[in-house]
Amino acid sequence: MPAALLVERLTKRYAGPPAVDAVRGIDLEVGEGEIFGLLGPNGAGKTTTVGMCTTRVIPSSGQVRVAGVDVRADPPAARGRVGVVTQFNTLDRSCTVYENLFYHCRYFGMRRREARVRAGELLTTFRLADRAAASVDALSGGMAQRLQVARAIAHRPELLFLDEPTSGLDPQSRIALWEMLGDLHEQGTTVILTTHNMDEADRLCRRLAIIDHGTILVMGAPDELKRRVGVETVVTLTLGGNHAAAVEELSGLPGVDRAAIVDGNVLAYVAEREGTLPGVVEVAARYGMTDLALAEPTLETVFIQLTGRALRD
Amino acid sequence: MTDTAPQLAAQPPPATGRVVRARAAVYRAAFWGLLLRDTRVLRREFKQFILRAVMQPLLFVFVFLYVFPHIGAGIHGPGSASFGTILLPGLVAVAILFQGIQAVALPLVNEFNRTREIEDRVMAPLPTNLVAFEKILFGAMQSLLAAVLVFPMVLFFPSSHVHIDVDVPLLLAELVVACLAAGALGLTIGTSWDPRQVPLIFSLILIPITFLGCIYYPWAALEKIRWLQAVTLANPLVYISEGLRAAITPNLRHMPWPASLGVLVLFFVGLTWLGMRGFRRRVLD
Repeated sequence: MPAALLVERLTKRYAGPPAVDAVRGIDLEVGEGEIFGLLGPNGAGKTTTVGMCTTRVIPSSGQVRVAGVDVRADPPAARGRVGVVTQFNTLDRSCTVYENLFYHCRYFGMRRREARVRAGELLTTFRLADRAAASVDALSGGMAQRLQVARAIAHRPELLFLDEPTSGLDPQSRIALWEMLGDLHEQGTTVILTTHNMDEADRLCRRLAIIDHGTILVMGAPDELKRRVGVETVVTLTLGGNHAAAVEELSGLPGVDRAAIVDGNVLAYVAEREGTLPGVVEVAARYGMTDLALAEPTLETVFIQLTGRALRD
Repeated sequence: MTDTAPQLAAQPPPATGRVVRARAAVYRAAFWGLLLRDTRVLRREFKQFILRAVMQPLLFVFVFLYVFPHIGAGIHGPGSASFGTILLPGLVAVAILFQGIQAVALPLVNEFNRTREIEDRVMAPLPTNLVAFEKILFGAMQSLLAAVLVFPMVLFFPSSHVHIDVDVPLLLAELVVACLAAGALGLTIGTSWDPRQVPLIFSLILIPITFLGCIYYPWAALEKIRWLQAVTLANPLVYISEGLRAAITPNLRHMPWPASLGVLVLFFVGLTWLGMRGFRRRVLD
């Protein structure tokens, strides 16, 4: 599979003061037609990485190729091949919904007639046709986001980058956007998205990289990553007693990989359920257990195993 | 991409004529698209544009050419020249400069900061410097339009008594260069100004430039205040006013046209360089 995106030893240092190493040597390869996710907490370097892939941030060192184009050597050609949805609403406030699409098409070389047809087509696909003449200020958050996606793909880019596309969206709009991205994927567009929402990453991405402090911690398919942590079950315990002492005692139990305090609860990562759970429950009971829940490992588990922190922190 | 949408070659190939032409076609299409977008927005806001362009000069001529003479405080130009004759090139000049700043700088401050809506245009497939230059060019076109509105308004204002003797080629050259310089000044201000201090653009830039821009008097008349005459040489509006005097009212004292035109070209080049640098700094991290 040829690479749609190739990132090699990419770094970005902001001079500051204080100097910040936002990205510290990232390597990535995303195949044509993949949906790939960059999962990590806020400030992990996801947005900077996307910025470098889309010509908006100038790398300090390293290389990026999008659809074969060296982004640093030829930014205009790279821009012709990517579509970008940023974290913020960057719709053109001086133009109507229709005009946002129409002029975008014109920037990318379509003739008037063609741009008109394409804009109309997108308005229908993204269920915005009845708003064509509206000002973009009058759109709801979900509609504005749909329009941003429509605009980003209007010139039929080979790669679509979305930076935190669903943050700030209501659940319904979020699901609608997920469906839209699924459709684009089916049509063969390579989709690269950043998120700090593990459900989103798990649900959408065929492959993902977990990123923290500007480096990639681990990369692979979501199921594979979850398997790789060697945890069969995560036990969430609500305790009345001393959490730290409970964690220490639970960590010492055979069959418990590790224990940690997350969001005020004690989590025990159990490598093998059989024979281990009774011991866990017994310890927890002594620390005033009021509730207990069992769950499969999630990407959150993977992140906590790797960093000792929760993603939301 | 579709077949009518030209696309750049994936690998930077040897710069053969055909490849260079294909690349130029992509840039030209994107640049044209940006101009079309700005034209559309201007058409929608055309009434505001006219008010913005005409209001200030209209009040100037009203006060100086109607109110003052009527209350016995009339001003006369040096020698036999009417004050209207002195004022005409000055007011066209100030309309050009004002428009350049209002059309380029003020929207840019917003687009960079509050809304970041410049984003989509910066992501168009052309060099960032050309996106910046489009701003200058479109600002220049609005300046030219403002000049075209203000010129007859002052000329035909009742009791303006303007005497003109137009050198058409020189006028066209002065207008084109002045409008481009005004657009470049707008870009420089728009990319360097702190958005929280927009009101200061008026008090720190527009008002001093206007009052010391040789609108109400020819530059040569300042010879009685030598230091001021020297200081005003830093003001681009002086060269626009004086250049237009050379082209429209050559009978009044004015700078030699090669001087005013030459310095305006330098302003245009220097401010374009500064503005493009500021633009790149704003849009690229």
